Amino acid sequence: MDMILIPVVNMTPILPEIFLSVLAMALLLINVFVPGKQKSYLAYISFIGIVAAAVLVGAGWGSHVESFGGSVVLDNFATFFKMTFLVGAGLTVLIADKYMEREECNHGELYSLILFAVVGMMLMASGTDLMTIFLGLEVMSVTLYVLAGFNRANKKSNEAGLKYFLLGAFSTGFMLYGMALIYGATGTTRLYKIAEVVGQMTLPSTNIMLVAGMLLMMTGFAFKIAAAPFHMWTPDVYEGAPTPMTAFMSAGPKAAGFAALLRLFLVALPALQVEWSQVLWVLAVLTMTVGNITALRQDNIKRVLAYSSIAHAGYALVGFAAGNGTGTAGILFYMLSYSFMNIGAFAIIILVAKKGESNGNVSDFAGLGFKRPVLALAMTIFLFSLAGVPPAAGFIGKFYLFSGAIQKGYIWLAVIGVLNSAASVYYYLRIMVFMYFKESTEDFEWVHVTPPVALALIIAVAGTLIPGIVPSVILEYAQMAVKLL
Amino acid sequence: MSNVLSLTTFLPILGVLLLLFIPKDSKGVLRNVTLGVTIVTFLVSLIILTGFQSNAEFQFTENVPWIAAGPFIMRYNIGIDGISLWLVILTTFIMPIAVLSTYTAVEEKVKEYMICLLLLETGMLGAFISLDLFLFYIFWEVMLIPMYFMIGIWGGKNKLYAAVKFFIYTMVGSLLMLVALIFLYFKGMEAGITDFGLLNFFSLKLDMATQIWLFLAFAFAFAIKVPMFPLHTWLPDAHTEAPTAGSVILAAVLLKMGTYGYVRFAIPLFPDAAQKFAPLIATLAVIGIIYAALVAMVQEDVKKLVAYSSVAHLGFVMLGIFAFNTEGITGGMLQMINHGVSTGALFLIVGFIYERRHTRLITDFGGLSKQMPVFATIFMIVTFSSVGLPGTNGFVGEFLILLGAFESQLRWWTIVATSGVILSAVYMLWVFQRVMFGELDNPKNQKLSDLNVREVVIMVPLVVLIFFIGLYPKPFIDKMEPAINKLVAQVHVSSVNAQVIPDAEMPAGHPGMEQMPVGHPGMDQLPAGHPAVDVPSTPHAEPVVNPHEAK
Repeated sequence: MDMILIPVVNMTPILPEIFLSVLAMALLLINVFVPGKQKSYLAYISFIGIVAAAVLVGAGWGSHVESFGGSVVLDNFATFFKMTFLVGAGLTVLIADKYMEREECNHGELYSLILFAVVGMMLMASGTDLMTIFLGLEVMSVTLYVLAGFNRANKKSNEAGLKYFLLGAFSTGFMLYGMALIYGATGTTRLYKIAEVVGQMTLPSTNIMLVAGMLLMMTGFAFKIAAAPFHMWTPDVYEGAPTPMTAFMSAGPKAAGFAALLRLFLVALPALQVEWSQVLWVLAVLTMTVGNITALRQDNIKRVLAYSSIAHAGYALVGFAAGNGTGTAGILFYMLSYSFMNIGAFAIIILVAKKGESNGNVSDFAGLGFKRPVLALAMTIFLFSLAGVPPAAGFIGKFYLFSGAIQKGYIWLAVIGVLNSAASVYYYLRIMVFMYFKESTEDFEWVHVTPPVALALIIAVAGTLIPGIVPSVILEYAQMAVKLL
Repeated sequence: MSNVLSLTTFLPILGVLLLLFIPKDSKGVLRNVTLGVTIVTFLVSLIILTGFQSNAEFQFTENVPWIAAGPFIMRYNIGIDGISLWLVILTTFIMPIAVLSTYTAVEEKVKEYMICLLLLETGMLGAFISLDLFLFYIFWEVMLIPMYFMIGIWGGKNKLYAAVKFFIYTMVGSLLMLVALIFLYFKGMEAGITDFGLLNFFSLKLDMATQIWLFLAFAFAFAIKVPMFPLHTWLPDAHTEAPTAGSVILAAVLLKMGTYGYVRFAIPLFPDAAQKFAPLIATLAVIGIIYAALVAMVQEDVKKLVAYSSVAHLGFVMLGIFAFNTEGITGGMLQMINHGVSTGALFLIVGFIYERRHTRLITDFGGLSKQMPVFATIFMIVTFSSVGLPGTNGFVGEFLILLGAFESQLRWWTIVATSGVILSAVYMLWVFQRVMFGELDNPKNQKLSDLNVREVVIMVPLVVLIFFIGLYPKPFIDKMEPAINKLVAQVHVSSVNAQVIPDAEMPAGHPGMEQMPVGHPGMDQLPAGHPAVDVPSTPHAEPVVNPHEAK
């Protein structure tokens, strides 16, 4: 009888994933065996674990290792995105504890779920096979459905979870169908092989199966990154989900979606660039405009940021439509900066809100500027960065995204982008108007900054300002990351 | 002292760090420290003034690498020439005055106010000294933030509307400029330019269509800032709502960003397009002059009146700049400083009476000259300066502008614009009459106190400058002239080389104007017999005549 041959698999590309999975499972056990309601220690352990994972990820910088028969790769592109996910997750666990305690849904599984979601995102970033990408996507999505509905006692949270699940499952169907069609057209699921096969086609754009597959996959991903017109779930889910989870969802999964989409289109389907870049052009314009215009009229601050996050996906799509080095490096830079500034802004929202997520309207920030000047200053920095005002990272990010479009010749796309950016200034300013220009009715005495939240805010402010003033510290890495794609 | 320009620019930031350590209740200390910082900044800037050589080169330059990523290389590239020199000095000069004016006007949130003032100073200085397009853009945007907060926090009744309008108006313009800037960079890259340095792009030859689009984007951003008709509507709101110091800085320096932008960027970068659009811009400038003057005439609020007079004055500046000859641009540059001095002074004056009476309605006043003789005298001098009476600075600037514009292709525009001079006399003298003369019948006005020592100290430097520039503008003109000649040469050489605009040339009969020598070694010495000799000498001749006329 033949021996079953187990191939020697190089585990290094997924070392951080393995580490985080083990840690997540360990946390589940610790949670069960350590009695008591106090769960802060789990947050601390996860944070330390995330830092350790970041060290592991960082050690892989510069290497190029393929494994699992070419379905997973460790390269700079994956490493950069993995760092982005870890930043998002690290900041989230720091701000989650306080919130969960206040809302009395302090279940220890939260941290394991966050870590599992990160593992899924990491797989998406380093997957070079349609199947690995899909696997990562599902690991991420399923945990996110749970996280969105994590506050069981809260109806809105339940609604968010269910809504996200139903629409997410629907979009997954699209994506899977698209992948199947691509497999049908090319006979393989490996990205590099798809590129080879497509490259040999005489006129790939006339191959209906291929093009339909591409469009269906794009639809699926457009849902994940909340691009219009597939964004309908975003405001409700973002509003209903527990605030730290909203912060987490707005940063990491979006970046993961872009990671997979970038690799998919740039590696597997460069032959169709003319086609997909036109579709993305339209998608970018729609996404920016819908996001910004609807954000103008929102009163709930979580909804403002939800719509703004749609708009930000639109800006990133501008760089994607360009598809050149400048634009794609811009996406990487932007996703990282966005993690810092957006989670930072959510941290402030968590602090200002009261139990039951009350006090979450823009007008509830009235007078914060002079009652709690340091917090308001931090919020101001995040908001200006989101608005794209120098010298913050958000400006540099947009600069490179729009530059990519201009370099490609998409001047009008850049013009629509900057006009959108100018419109977005209004709703960011509106928050500042309340913080600084209106008299306060509250004393903000309940706002208590715990050390982990303070640490998160310091990291977020530094991550927003330093790359804004000396962008090279991150941009150089972003450009190295997209170079070998 | 090779870093003196950086030192001047970032001293206010150091001041901000200092302020952070002062408790917010010690208002006196906060004010005095801020005043000290701005005075030291002014003194340091005097080193620049005394060390400045009267030639067309950029001086006090610093150029170190800053960002190098991807296709872009940005450098910390700064320097000043005769055009930016006076705007830098104007900024450092006006800041202590602005700070001093807040001593009793601002009682709440003093610390934050002072921080805003100092941040604003760094932003403004940075924009004037930047020779890297990207660096300029950063400072240009950064400036908005403190001004936004100044209007929004310490402003009047309608402050929210004014602050947001100010921010978004400026933002729309500057973002379109950003697109143009990036596009220009890629155009430059094709021609071998490797960084955002402004001087690189002067030699870039662009085709007419490209120039037109880029010029429009830049011009739009600057036109909002100037502000030019019909984009001026944010200004009266911002001015009316802003606190006194904010209005002073807004009028004296911030508006100059727009006109400076034309002189430094839009015109030399895209000279052919600038010439093509000169008639359009001149038309808008002239409409601005007349329209703003007419609107100013019917204002009931003194501050709004001054705000509209700003629009009219800047219309003159724009007219002078787009004459594209030495007198016109010199007049425009000089008028930028004059406007800073006299309109700044007018806003201070409005601030003084507002602090006393908490109203700015003209009908609430009347006969103040009997009660406040010192105030009346100063107000009168400033009014004359704003009107452009010979002997004051306003006359020299307006005269040069009209002279230059008359000799250029903009002759007909000039004729219309001249009526604006009369209109400005009408509304300024009329408001002066209604506020200062007549019966002192309002009982509230009968108890008004005259200016105190601090207020006089604020006004004296401005009054001195009004007469100094009015009687002896030579030192100012001497320093700016080489740079202006260079600019004029840039514009005209380009139009000769490019040969793309058949009709938009200088009017016939002025052969001397088109022969501005390129890189002529003795630009500022202008040998006798040269066809253009009497052109630049006009400003020098002026002051000799003025004193007599003033008497």
